[in-house]
Amino acid sequence: MLTDLFAFTIVGIVTGSIYAVAASGLVVTYTTSGVFNFAHGAVGMIMAFLYWQVRFDWGWSTPVSLIFVLLVVAPLFGVLMERALAKNARGGSFVSAMVVTIGMLLLLMGLALNVWPPEGRRVDGFFSPHGFDVGPVFVTWHQAITVLVAAGVAIGLRLLMFRTRTGITMRAVVDNRGLTALTGGRPGRMSLLSWALGSMLAGLAGILLAPVLQLNVEALTLLVVNAYAAAVVGRLRSVPLTFVGAMVLGLLESYAVGYLPSTGSFANIRLAIPTIMLFVVLLALPEVRLRTRSAVEMRMPAMPSPRTSLLGGAALILVATAIATTVAESTLTDLAPALALGLIALSLVPLTGWAGQISLCQMTFAGVGAFAVVQFAADGSPVGLIVAPALAAAVGVLVAMPALRLSGLYLALGTLAFAVLMDRVVFTRRDVFGDFGVERVERLQVAGVSFDGVRAYFVLLAVVFAAVGIGLQALRRGRFGRQLSAMRDSPAALTMLGQDLKTTKMAAFALSSAIAGLGGALLAGLNTTATSSDFTMFQSLPLVLIAVLGGVTAVSGALLGGLVLAGLPVLADNISFLESLTLLGPGIIGLILARRPDGIALVLSDLWSGRGSFAAATAEDEELPEHCEQLGIEVDFEPRHAEVLDRALQVEGV
Amino acid sequence: MTAPALRLRGVCAAYDRIEVLRGVDLDVPAGSVVALLGPNGAGKSTTLAVVSGQMRPTSGSVEMAGCDVVGASPDALARAGVCMVPEGRGIFPNLTVTENIKLLSHFGVKTGHALDVAFEHFPRLKERRKVLAGRLSGGEQQMLALARALATDPALILLDELSMGLAPTIVEHLYEQVTALARTGVSILLVEQFASVVLDIADHVAVMSHGRVQAEGRPEDVAATLSTAYLGDAS
Repeated sequence: MLTDLFAFTIVGIVTGSIYAVAASGLVVTYTTSGVFNFAHGAVGMIMAFLYWQVRFDWGWSTPVSLIFVLLVVAPLFGVLMERALAKNARGGSFVSAMVVTIGMLLLLMGLALNVWPPEGRRVDGFFSPHGFDVGPVFVTWHQAITVLVAAGVAIGLRLLMFRTRTGITMRAVVDNRGLTALTGGRPGRMSLLSWALGSMLAGLAGILLAPVLQLNVEALTLLVVNAYAAAVVGRLRSVPLTFVGAMVLGLLESYAVGYLPSTGSFANIRLAIPTIMLFVVLLALPEVRLRTRSAVEMRMPAMPSPRTSLLGGAALILVATAIATTVAESTLTDLAPALALGLIALSLVPLTGWAGQISLCQMTFAGVGAFAVVQFAADGSPVGLIVAPALAAAVGVLVAMPALRLSGLYLALGTLAFAVLMDRVVFTRRDVFGDFGVERVERLQVAGVSFDGVRAYFVLLAVVFAAVGIGLQALRRGRFGRQLSAMRDSPAALTMLGQDLKTTKMAAFALSSAIAGLGGALLAGLNTTATSSDFTMFQSLPLVLIAVLGGVTAVSGALLGGLVLAGLPVLADNISFLESLTLLGPGIIGLILARRPDGIALVLSDLWSGRGSFAAATAEDEELPEHCEQLGIEVDFEPRHAEVLDRALQVEGV
Repeated sequence: MTAPALRLRGVCAAYDRIEVLRGVDLDVPAGSVVALLGPNGAGKSTTLAVVSGQMRPTSGSVEMAGCDVVGASPDALARAGVCMVPEGRGIFPNLTVTENIKLLSHFGVKTGHALDVAFEHFPRLKERRKVLAGRLSGGEQQMLALARALATDPALILLDELSMGLAPTIVEHLYEQVTALARTGVSILLVEQFASVVLDIADHVAVMSHGRVQAEGRPEDVAATLSTAYLGDAS
């Protein structure tokens, strides 16, 4: 009994050590460059695969392989990432930084699946299978080395950050980038260094983890979620606290394996421990510690008039009907997901685009909608169209309640954790999507009219998209729309107008998840199956990417996004050299977004109107100096000062 | 005749399209203290931002000891001997006092020497050397910022609103240190909104408004024109 406890404790410490290495890399990068690297786990994954390649496939010796991967490729890769992604994203809004690293994550996953198609690959631990006995427990050398490495990283980082000038300069950059330059430090170099270091630590964690998890692209990439949980304990800043968090997480996981039942309905809880811990920590930390930079700083499109919005909807239905009656059924089958996915992407428009709230779990809400259809309307009953959004909205409110105090990065992490939790614990249950994660669903039948054929269903999708789009635009013109925009621009100012932020935030989440749920229900109908693998966290990430690519502030942007998302696999199927597009596409989108964070819809509307609304805005600004001087206002008052003020004013508990 | 420590000719600068500097001409002769005065929005801080390399002028020239420095990065200028003490508190709040001073080794100054100089001028900082700079009082923070100027032996010091938010006695103490610095032969360009503080210590005063230097001369000569610059021409 006691022996078991001892054994599980050792395993827990080993796992915790790996998390600690991964999480400290995340913290170092975040604190110095201000960009939270969602691709951190994916970098570790790629490095683990590369290590397998050189060490086990090509047979290099262990030291040479380690030096090659950790001291040559990983730092270079970190530097490249900083140059290509973070540099463009820095200074931009949190959303643009986020989608760029999410794009990188998807790109790396696609790359790994392309280069190393899934097959049994073994990574042996260091000196495997040798080890030594600690009392009654056998400890492998790999486990011992893992713990020593973590200790080494902890001490090394401490010395670097507090004892060397480089480390002090890195911390100085966090405090005040501009002032660091004025004292002769080179902030750019520090940023590069931190990315190189972060990438090395990710690689190290990946290589240490590979013998435990084996080479599985998703599992290794998800390492980052565990690392988030640990890093959040350290508020993404403190390396020592991050180590504490990592150890607690490692031990919890190990004890869960040892002492929680491995069968029955709670069997999967074990898998969700990191996400549960992330939730608990996010909720337990004082709110003031959780502030990040402003979430969304994107241009808003001009508000369409009721007439334009109705005409747009009618045009969409007309075009869809024309397409549905002319093109071949197989083409239509390829095209239809664009509308269903577009509808789910549309759910991000009021939430992220207008209200400035991030969600990385929209596909989860869609999954809830699909589940509602399976439960209540699998026979094609129109009840599904009501129950699906209703149930999804209820779940959305449930998510929003704990998320009320979160914003920006922490909200993104919270919703991501929720998505993973649902993936692992709920959607895998056999009473949700059946024994094999697939349940059959009939297409809709309303009052004797059947939408069984793909042509009819295509038109139905267009009608629903148009209706929801017109409804959203009407909403935006009204009081609720103004509230959402006000919440995005200045939560403090909204509070001071006597508005309740909590209700507004919850309403935004409810509306958004209802739309996603409706989209999920229609997607299930389109596929005639509800499949758990359609609604995972890894499906939500490309959705956010394409929504931002299309233009997350515009209804038309969601449609464009849906077209891109559905179009990628079609292109890949039909044009041979684009075969890898499905896998790499989202990542490439991320790279594009690094340059054009506004999204296609706005770029198009600028082109359409012949002049950017941006140009109009600056033309007005030109008259400013005279007024400023007369009023004695400092002209160099920048928008970010307003943001600082806003944060300072932000009311507790909101 | 030697070139002035700093010479600006026709410097224009803009934030996006808002023109803030409209042809600034200014000389800081080597070894002198020049005070740049003027109302809010006159372009004083922007002038310092241009000189310290934080902002690139749209036109005009910035010369230091006869060398054109337009386009040089702030860190390069800092290492070349331009010490800027920015508006607000030019310190790193999450580093300790000692760590703040240690950063000065970027200038090739030995850490030990920098600490000695800083603590000699401001004994108060020595008492608080292990405290996070963010926890210091406003006056202590400004001492720390000034300590940087003292310890690195710069050629040109740029001081932006040293007095901001501080009690008059502390301001007096800080400016005593500035005067002492000036006696060592370093050139100083300082910006103040409240003229009275600096008229005593400046060798030369330039008054800015609307993005230009409108008047300049010895402090006693310029003092008379100050009200016009601040309040506008009554006529």
